[in-house]
Amino acid sequence: MAAYDPCVWCEEVLQPYLDRHLSERERVEAQAHLDSCGYCAKRYRFEANLRQFVRQAAVEEMAPELKQKLSALRTPLL
Amino acid sequence: MTESADTQARQIAVEARDRIRFEEEALELADQVYRVARRLVRTKEEAEDLMQETYARAFRSWRSFTPGTNLRAWLLRILTNLNIDRGRRVQREPDVGHLEEGDYFLYNRLEEATGASDEERVVERLSQDDVVGALSEVPHDFRDAIVLVDIGDFSYQEAAQILGIPVGTVMSRLHRGRRILKRELAETAVGGA
Repeated sequence: MAAYDPCVWCEEVLQPYLDRHLSERERVEAQAHLDSCGYCAKRYRFEANLRQFVRQAAVEEMAPELKQKLSALRTPLL
Repeated sequence: MTESADTQARQIAVEARDRIRFEEEALELADQVYRVARRLVRTKEEAEDLMQETYARAFRSWRSFTPGTNLRAWLLRILTNLNIDRGRRVQREPDVGHLEEGDYFLYNRLEEATGASDEERVVERLSQDDVVGALSEVPHDFRDAIVLVDIGDFSYQEAAQILGIPVGTVMSRLHRGRRILKRELAETAVGGA
């Protein structure tokens, strides 16, 4: 078995951790590591900030004209 | 008026009411649907065309929607199918040579470039244009998963239903897609390796 590096493992589970898709045992293990490792904790906080930033940055509102065009597609009342 | 004519008239009235309700609910969701649509395609024009095709189809086939289920997911299912049917550009093969970058890669590159070792300052290095540009460089299949889950707030299960693929595939595309996105962001914000 290869040498076990907790930071390598922690990087591997970053996404499922933030998605809350880790098993309880893995979550506790990751949390224990993050509590004692500033290197990984900083990168996890960055990832959380990044996700929020991507969500905000990706927003582009619909043009009002499009909304009118969509309404015009409704079935006319008889 | 005969009894059957009366029943028929009532049915028509009920049907019209249900249809109007459906149309109103669908239109109320248009802003949210557009936010997802806009990032599934490259240009505003493509997104607008797709929205119009989607709503035209939704209004025609409103009877196939089951009331009480997720209408936003139903609309996006139509939209993603139309997007794929349009024969979107040939998939650019992901640059597999660089796919092995892990989840810490972007942070490491940004920290190195800024000299700041504070995650708040490091994320400030990225601009809105960086994000939009990097996202458009992510290959379609991966981008669909990211856009639905991380921007559209759909669960893995909902994204799987919308895309018509297994949940496990959504998860693997999402994980790989986010890594590709971070690699693209690193290239955009800091320049090539």
